Formats: sequence, structure tokens, C-alpha cells
Amino acid sequence: MSFRFITSCYANSTICTLALWIGGAKLGISNSCCQFNTRTETISHLKDAREETMKKLLIGAIAGSTLLSPIAAMAQTEVQFWHAFTGRLGELVAAQVEEFNASQSDYVVVQSHKGNYSETLNAGIAAFRAQEQPHILMVFEVGTATMMAAEGAIRPVYEVMGESGATFDPDAYIGAVKGYYTSTDGDMLSLPFNSSTPVLWVNRNAFEAAGVDPDMDLSTWENVGAALDALKAGGEDCPLVTAWQSWIHLENFSAYHDVPFASKDNGFSGLDTELMLNGPAQIAHLTAMQEWAQDGKFIYTGRRNEGGANFRAGECALFTESSAGYAGISSEAEFDFDVRPLPYWKAVADEPQNTIIGGASLWVMAGHDAEEYKGAGEFLSFLSSSDVQASWHQNTGYLPITAEAGEATKAAGFYEANPGTDIAVMQMTANEPTANSKGLRLGSFDQIRGIIDEELEAIWSGDKSPQEAMDSAKERGDALLRRFEQANG
Amino acid sequence: MRAEIGPHQIYWGRALEKRVTFRGWLLPILLIAPQVIISAVFFFYPAGQAIWQSLFIPDPFGLSSQFVGFGNFEFLLSDKFYRKSFLTTAIFSILVTLCSMIPALFLAVIADRLIKGSGVYRTMLIWPYAVAPAVAGVLWLFMFNTRVGVVSWYLGQLGYDWNHVLNGGEAMGLVVVASAWGRISYNFLFFFAALQSVPRSVIEAAAIDGAHFWRRFFGIVLPLITPTAFFLLVVNVVYAFFETFGVIHTITAGGPQQSTTILVYKVFSDGFVGQDLGSSSAQSVILLVVVGLLTVIQFKYVEKRVHY
Repeated sequence: MSFRFITSCYANSTICTLALWIGGAKLGISNSCCQFNTRTETISHLKDAREETMKKLLIGAIAGSTLLSPIAAMAQTEVQFWHAFTGRLGELVAAQVEEFNASQSDYVVVQSHKGNYSETLNAGIAAFRAQEQPHILMVFEVGTATMMAAEGAIRPVYEVMGESGATFDPDAYIGAVKGYYTSTDGDMLSLPFNSSTPVLWVNRNAFEAAGVDPDMDLSTWENVGAALDALKAGGEDCPLVTAWQSWIHLENFSAYHDVPFASKDNGFSGLDTELMLNGPAQIAHLTAMQEWAQDGKFIYTGRRNEGGANFRAGECALFTESSAGYAGISSEAEFDFDVRPLPYWKAVADEPQNTIIGGASLWVMAGHDAEEYKGAGEFLSFLSSSDVQASWHQNTGYLPITAEAGEATKAAGFYEANPGTDIAVMQMTANEPTANSKGLRLGSFDQIRGIIDEELEAIWSGDKSPQEAMDSAKERGDALLRRFEQANG
Repeated sequence: MRAEIGPHQIYWGRALEKRVTFRGWLLPILLIAPQVIISAVFFFYPAGQAIWQSLFIPDPFGLSSQFVGFGNFEFLLSDKFYRKSFLTTAIFSILVTLCSMIPALFLAVIADRLIKGSGVYRTMLIWPYAVAPAVAGVLWLFMFNTRVGVVSWYLGQLGYDWNHVLNGGEAMGLVVVASAWGRISYNFLFFFAALQSVPRSVIEAAAIDGAHFWRRFFGIVLPLITPTAFFLLVVNVVYAFFETFGVIHTITAGGPQQSTTILVYKVFSDGFVGQDLGSSSAQSVILLVVVGLLTVIQFKYVEKRVHY
């Protein structure tokens, strides 16, 4: 652990030190303010340092045992892989790693969980500053621009996989999935790992209870609007909930209707991008949503996927949520449910374009030996292989990253046995992505989403008109984009 | 000491103040060294770093950094949400301090008058202090969850539509209560100890003179416990400023519309969510000045009213 990191951490907790120094010294207060800095950052890095030491001890022990037993093989090259998965997903990642390690003897991948998406990214950044970065780091899609701008900190995946000698065919990956992570020249910079896209979930029992035909056409928002009226009239308390409001109702909405979310091809072709989420199409959608919210037809539950609990408990009729919600809904829902494509406005677009993805990709970090990069390349190729992808897709509900894996899943009869699981794949691959539907590449996007969430909340509560709120979101978001441009330009 | 005072008087001054005079330099330096080193390493150096970093815009990975002078401060102060967060912080700190001190004093006064069972009562009151802020946050979050919360359900039965996810006032109320709740125990302990040390004879004398309970409380007891109250005031303000982070993070994450974003929370979200270390450092420096001023004010003006 380098001293440099300690200082940057202290710099932020300085203020607490001062408070104690002035306020505490005289009174003899012992206090532990700013624990969050130390707790979430320093400690996790102390842990890294500890793991590092353990690793060295282990290597020492292996070296020792090699001396003792002449038949032992040469030490394998170690590849560190930091990810953000726990629970069932964590187990599946661990299984993938084990399978890779067992499949060959040159490399050993060591996987470690580093907290949630934001924490994992922070751990990677702090580790890079301390020159102890892993070889492979999982970064969520909103961190993409941050990673891409850090040219000295990463190695593009196409380069690493190309040099490793492993099979690498960039055309094998599904365009809409890899598009999010490729440069404007078409080079794949990071490997898509878990990708999902929003779909519409339908509680058939709730429709029937309200006297509405559950098989009605819900492909357009116009029809959904009529369904919401009927559901409300039929006594349904919670006709519609959503998860990830900015991702679904603005980011994906824009791509799906082929309107820009931000200038410069949604940020793909330059850091001098500006938000364009206050256009007429977005405002029309938010105006309808606001009316539904005021009439109690759209129930707002929170910024993340809080609404999932309500939908799975059978309290709500319609739910816009990621396709990766499949595992949770299918295991918990005690009602008949349907998966439908995300609705679109017939008045805005004749045909829907494609939706964009959410999730995370794997980045290879700079500053390691050639041999280790070879191992990293091998591992990424293994992850892209059809079998691994097909089983990942079927187990998690995440999209397959290669067309081959999708076909293998189809051939195995999975879609027939689990109806609706192919909706997301079809929705993503229906059309060749346009400049508006390739994805988003915006700096400070995590914070911009926070701003959008705030402004959307002002719309739902009726504090602001959709136009006022989105104008304000643009103004505030653009200020952050300019700062990002300044820091990375 | 003024310059015109002669050596004779200095001698007297020293004798009266009972100062120790050292012959050499080495021992006094050695004696103060630990304090100086600790202050330098844990305060002056990081404070200097924060001030230095606040003049730059670095990229997250530390690959490059640009000197912007006071650019970070200009950026912050031109942001109306940042300016509003000063007001939010002030409201939040005042409410947390009042909500944790007044009930604590009230409970302490009652506990002080108990003859039987005061031990049990005290123990029960101290328990909430053992709950970590983040856990307390989750606890309150569940009780007030807009769809499944117990309290919000009862409020709904009474015809009140609780929704702290959209209503800024309710969100502020909830984080204040959740932050103050555990703190009441801590304040209770101090107030209780202070009340026990108020001489019985003074109170009895007042009682004989015909002063009723509240008259005795405001006329005698309260002035006598002001040192404790002042201590708690300082500690609680520092608490409200810095340690309520966990509660806010779990319950509202600063929302809705930044109505619960206090200064410290913004330092965190800009620095560790937004990776904007320049702005984060500048905010630390501003916060440093604010808390410095606040503490000076407290000691200069409020302490004058304290009778030790």
C-alpha cells in the first residue's frame, strides 16, 4: 500500500481531524468522524495489502515446497480478477473461474469480490494509484467513459486477446452488446460480461382480477395507457411500477425511439458532448408518466429496483425492469407472469429501434507482464466461448454476448421451456444499432444519473413540469460533463 | 506579558503561575514532540494536502492533473445546489442537536426523580447507543418504507400518505429522527450524571422557599448543568456534521432533489461516486473553514453563558 494513497484519503478526512482538533482537544472528546472514508476505502485497501502479503507468503510456501518436492510443476502465472458479484451470481463467477483453472495448467485466475459496482471501481482506481491493480477489473456500464478516458491505465481487450494467441473474432459478438464497449474505430475496448436490457413484466393475475384481458397488446405506450386506465378502474392499486427510472425511461427510451440522449453520438465521438434528454420525445413520455403518477396509475418506489419487491409480491400489475430480473421473479412470483418487449410510442416512432444494455464489462488494466496478459487474454477468450456464455445466459437471464451462444441456447430448447427469456435478445438484435442506439459514453455518468433521478422525482411529485425538470437536468449534467472534459481532455 | 515589565515582576509572575523552567532545550522538545508529531502527521500534513489538491483537477487514476487555481471553488460556489446544501446542513444539524438533546434532558430529569427501578430504566435507555448508524438507518428505513413499512402503513390507516421518497420534508424528518434516536442515549447518560451532581441542599432550600418543580429546574438545576449541556452541544454538532453519513446514505442517499444532502455527504458522493477529487478536496477545505468558524463562535459566545 503506497503512501500516496494514504495521503489522498487523509486529505478528504482532514476536515474531521480539524473538527476534533478544535472542538475535541479542549474537551477531550474521542471521536471517530469520517469513518466512511476509512471504513470503505482505507480498510479495503489495508485488506488488499494484507491479501498481497498473504499471496507473497503463499508464493513463498509454494517456492519452498517446490524445493522439497522436485516433481512439483513450475509456478503458474497468476491473473487477478476483481468483480462485484455476491450470492448466486458470485457462485457462478467462481464456478467459471474454477472451470478455467482446471482446463489448463499455465495460468491460475484468482477471483475476488470487491463490493458493489461503485466500490469495485473505486477499489480498482485506488489500487492503480498504489500500483497494485488487478489484471482484470469489472466495471459497470456507467463507468465506461471513465475507463476509456484513462488511456494510461488500461489495455484494450482486442489488443490483449489478439496478442494472447487465443482465438478472437470481434464479429462473433452481438453488435448491440459489444457496441457499448467499442471505440469509434470499432475496436473492442472491454469484454461485455453481464448485460441486460429492460423489458415489460406483466402480472396476468392482476389483469384478470381487474377485469382486463392479460393477452391484450401492450407493445405501445398508447395501449399501456389504456391498460392502466382499465386497471385503475378495475380497482388495481398499483397498475405500474418501474426499476432504474433513468436507465429505462430516458436512456433506453431515447435509443428505442432513435432520438439522441446526448450530442456527439451519445458521447461516443467526443468528450465535448452535451445532454439532449430535454427533447420533445422524452418530454412527451415524461408528461404521460407524470399524469399517470398524479392519477395513481404509476407508483414510484425509488431510484433502484425497489419496485421489484412489490411486483414479485403480486402487488403490481405492470413492471418495467431489466431482463435479468428473470431469476428473482420466476423463483418468487406466486402468480402467472409474462415478459413483453418494452413498449414504444407509436406517435413518436413507427417502429422501435433497439434497446441498449446495462450491466458490466471486464477491463484489462495496464502495468503488468506480457506473460500475465497472455493469461488474461486466455481467460477472456474462455469466457467468450459459446458453452460458457450459453450457460451464463440460461442461469442468470443476462444476455449472451455472442450470437453463437444465443443459437446454442435456442437449439437446446431453453426458450421454449422458459417462455419470454428470448424477448430481450430479440429486442436488442431486431435492428442494426444507430448512432442513437449504440449506447452511452458520458463522463461522471454515475453522478449524472443521480441528477436525473432527482429531477424525475420532482416530476413524479408534481413539483416541476417535465420540461423544467429536464432543462435543469441538462444544465446540471452538462456542468459535470465539462468538468470531466477538463480533467480528461 | 508586556515589554515594560521588569525582570523582578516576571519572576513574580512565574512564581505565581508555578511554571517549570527547563535548563536545556532537549527535554522540553522531547516532551512536546509526540503531540507535535501527531498533529503534523494527522492534521497539518493532510490539511495541507487537501488545500493543495483543491487547486487541481486530477483525473481519477492520478495519471494527470491540471492546475486550476481557485477554479474548483468557483465551480462549487456557482452551483446553487451546493449553496443550498449549506442551508440543508444548518437545518439538519440544528434539528438533530435539538431532537437529541431535549428528549435526553427530559428523560434524564424523569430518571433522576425515580426511586425504584431506575437501573432498568437507565439500561434500557442506553441500548440504542449500541446500534451502528447504518443499521439504525436500515431499521428506520424499513419502518417507514412507503410500500411495506409498519409506520407508513399505520399512517396510511390514519389517512396520511407517507412518502419520504418524493417528499423532501418527510425525508429530512426521517433522517433527523434516525440520526437523533441513537444519540439520545448518549446525551441521556451525560445529563443524568450532571443531574446527580447537583447539590440536594440547594434544591431543598429552594423547595422550602416555595419554588415548584419547574421553577427549581429552570432557576437552579439548568444553570448548574450548563457545562455538560455546552459539552453536549459541541459534541452533537460535530456528530450531526460528520457522523450521520451512514444514516443518510442508507435512508435517502441525499435525496429527494438533494433535500437531505448535507456538506459531508456531498464530499463523499463527489469524491467517491463521481471520482472528482478536485471538487471533493475543495469541499473539504470549505468544510474545514465552516467547522473552524462554528467552533470559534461556540467557544467565544456560547461558552460565556456557561458557569463552571
